[in-house]
Amino acid sequence: MSDTGIGARVKRKEDHRFITGKGQYTDDINLKDQTYAYFVRSPYAHATIKSIKIPKWKPEDGVVGVFTGDHVAEDKIGGLICGWMIHSKDGSPMKAGPHPILAQGKVRYVGDHVAVVVAESKEQAKAAAARINVSYGELPHVVDAAKAAKSAAQIHDVAPNNTVFEWSLGDKTATDAAFSRAHHVTKLDIVNNRLIPNAMEPRAAIGSWDAGNDHYTLYTTSQNPHVARLVISAFHGLAPEHKLRVIAPDVGGGFGSKIFIYAEEVVCVWASKRIGGRPIKWTAERTESFLADAHGRDHVTHAELAMDAQGRILGLKCHTIAGMGAYLSTFASCVPTYLYATLLSGQYAIPAIYAEVDAVYTNTAPVDAYRGAGRPEATYVVERIVETAAREMKIDPAEFRRRNFVKSFPHQTPVIMTYDAGDYDASLEKALEIADYRGFAQRKAAAAKKGKLRGIGFANYIEACGIAPSAAVGSLGAGVGLWESAEVRVNPVGTVEILTGSHSHGQGHETTFAQLVSDRLGVDINTVSIVHGDTDKVQFGMGTYGSRSGAVGMTAIAKALDKVEAKAKKVAAHVMEAAEGDIEFKNGTFSVKGTDKKMAFGEVALAAYVAHKFPTSEIEPGLKESAFHDPTNFTFPAGCHICEVEIDRDTGVTEIVNWTAVDDFGTVINPMIVEGQVHGGITQGVGQALTEGCVYDPDSGQLITGSYMDYCMPRASDVPSFKLDFTETKCPSNPLGMKGCGEAGAIAAPAAVMNAVTDALGVRDLPMPASPHTVWKALHATKMAAE
Amino acid sequence: MSAISMKVNGKAVCGTVEPRTLLVEFLRENLGLTGTHVGCDTSQCGACVVHVNGKAIKSCTALAVACDGAEVTTVEGLAKNGKLHPMQEAFREHHGLQCGFCTPGMLMAAVDLVKRKGKKLDEATIRHELEGNICRCTGYHNIVKAIQAGAENM
Repeated sequence: MSDTGIGARVKRKEDHRFITGKGQYTDDINLKDQTYAYFVRSPYAHATIKSIKIPKWKPEDGVVGVFTGDHVAEDKIGGLICGWMIHSKDGSPMKAGPHPILAQGKVRYVGDHVAVVVAESKEQAKAAAARINVSYGELPHVVDAAKAAKSAAQIHDVAPNNTVFEWSLGDKTATDAAFSRAHHVTKLDIVNNRLIPNAMEPRAAIGSWDAGNDHYTLYTTSQNPHVARLVISAFHGLAPEHKLRVIAPDVGGGFGSKIFIYAEEVVCVWASKRIGGRPIKWTAERTESFLADAHGRDHVTHAELAMDAQGRILGLKCHTIAGMGAYLSTFASCVPTYLYATLLSGQYAIPAIYAEVDAVYTNTAPVDAYRGAGRPEATYVVERIVETAAREMKIDPAEFRRRNFVKSFPHQTPVIMTYDAGDYDASLEKALEIADYRGFAQRKAAAAKKGKLRGIGFANYIEACGIAPSAAVGSLGAGVGLWESAEVRVNPVGTVEILTGSHSHGQGHETTFAQLVSDRLGVDINTVSIVHGDTDKVQFGMGTYGSRSGAVGMTAIAKALDKVEAKAKKVAAHVMEAAEGDIEFKNGTFSVKGTDKKMAFGEVALAAYVAHKFPTSEIEPGLKESAFHDPTNFTFPAGCHICEVEIDRDTGVTEIVNWTAVDDFGTVINPMIVEGQVHGGITQGVGQALTEGCVYDPDSGQLITGSYMDYCMPRASDVPSFKLDFTETKCPSNPLGMKGCGEAGAIAAPAAVMNAVTDALGVRDLPMPASPHTVWKALHATKMAAE
Repeated sequence: MSAISMKVNGKAVCGTVEPRTLLVEFLRENLGLTGTHVGCDTSQCGACVVHVNGKAIKSCTALAVACDGAEVTTVEGLAKNGKLHPMQEAFREHHGLQCGFCTPGMLMAAVDLVKRKGKKLDEATIRHELEGNICRCTGYHNIVKAIQAGAENM
């Protein structure tokens, strides 16, 4: 391993600009003659729009234009789409209600986009928006997913009972048969609390139209600018793709929430033409992020697990109601289905599984992928019910898991997935050792002496990353292929530019991707630059989400690098007057086998561009190659997280006193960066378990948790320093052996925390977030019951 | 409109602002110092922390006119003569940042913390003192390590 190759803890190349304040996020960009947008949003959860009265503006109001759904209809701008078709059990397609970029006749959640004001300054736009008088006719509403199907609210005409689809996966008959043989059945009702993503950079956009060339440009906070261009072009019908450039510069975190195509961004680029081409800038206030970014989770589940007398799992069945919000967001429908139920086998050899998922509309912000997307929900179901079953059967929870682990690979689960590689015993045993599981009883006794309740909890998660084989996802309803593209441009001096369809918004691609190049071509990492986030520069890309940029994005780069090497060998053979088969390439040097003839990589690059010494009729000049990589399987990162908590009896405060994570991500390119991903993921999961929860008032439909005053983000003092380690089984489906690490922490953490908290309290279940109040109430309930 | 002047990162600057203009808006919009970020509207995320007259404040909660005549340091003013501040070095060295959006505020809060509490900082103190700065990426683990190391080198 070189200092900068695969496996090295290389310091990040991107850091210098961020630590010196020179990052360039969308809101940092200002274009000439720029105007500012402010959105008029619905104050009601569900209402008809009776009229929109726009005042007569004076010059000092600075208003450039006001646009509503009528203007959108006039310009025939299409609505927002959901790109994954799910069919119900009865074969009917999901019921997708229309989602115009500005409301047409009706609003369906508090924060729904009704009109936009474009003005000379931000302040003027905001002030003018407050003077637009929208008259609403209130309609019945529902915010609770569990109540949506039976509510008086009728959110979309196309969806009776507010039901988007009633879907199932697995073999019901086989599962029922497994349950009929059971020695013990564990039943659990589980709520996966609704979350608000909260990337620290709010969404922002600058849209502009160039009248001279009839060409649009959109700067936006996107995890996948090419997909944004594709959708805005093909579905909104704004302009053909060659007339639309989408740029996602530095993006301040995404966690899924910046995958989606949102109304505000489309409005900015569309309305620019309406005002004669002046750029329109919009930056969300944090309140708007709360109201109108796609939320996550929102599952209500009943699960049952059947065991034989030895605690071997015979079957799992579950029924989930998934809240979709008021509209189907870009990938919303695949989250509670193919990203959720397909992972319900966890790390266990479960012979029969049957899952039903009812997706419903509610009068709330749309719900879509959020860090883990379906997989945290699956892990929460599996790991909570496995823990509960172990307790009920009085089997040590580690031993219960061990008995049920998948032991041989490949392993076909009853819910589509074929696990290709893993060693679940290895990660469990290593984690038990690091966490000093044997010493827990002693620590619990010591805590009791201080008046604290100590508990321990496991989460042995699995997830599916490397999303995804295009034909496979196509057969399951995806509207796109999920390959990735890369281009390797070697300059005549031997420096290298990598153009990738992946997008970095915190993941450190500028470093890890360069490590791969340094490793393969033997060049100095400082001579490699990574270009991403601009549809005019990068040929195409599907973007970054679902921990796919290593396994899929880097594999595309690796393939292009192979082509570069192959061509460079041809060039080197001619220059050194040797047979191509005799050329060897190692550590950045081409040499002729059995001779002392050699050329450095840079010399071959120059020779390729000068093109003096090879027949250009056979070999084209230049050194630039591209590749598209379509994965052949998902990848299956897995691991074991162990959380230990101490609970204060008087205050109900839960303190995480120990955290052990042993993950198997396959090949790790940069351990420093991977550890950072795990730390961040765990903390987001701890947030879900202990502090975060999105609350809508059932009576008014208002978002109660609409600011950092009300929505509790995890702070530094809410988490400890984490103990991390790795095991490694290579992923067989990509040449680098990578699996993906971005979501693991967020997937494992909620179950690990809640298993620890319920262990400490001696209760069966507790709702998330287990805030001090919730814990205190549980403590009192136990105490009162005892009295 | 009011005319104001102040010293920002050692340089005398002036401008005309509305009475309601916030310090962060003056820095970002008038002076083009976009290193200072706005991450919320309730003074909690801390992405906008700068130093005014040597003390860390949230620049989203200070009026520009109230800072008339003040000495202001932003993240752009931390490095001196092309040499990174020890806290900047420590964030890079210990991978204390991912997306980078909260980083300027974290750095300015960290430097202020060392000024107030000294160079020997234990983990509990750092975690407690960071209650006004939210990071969504790092899980704070490496930020805490970075601040500890940066403090010792200051």
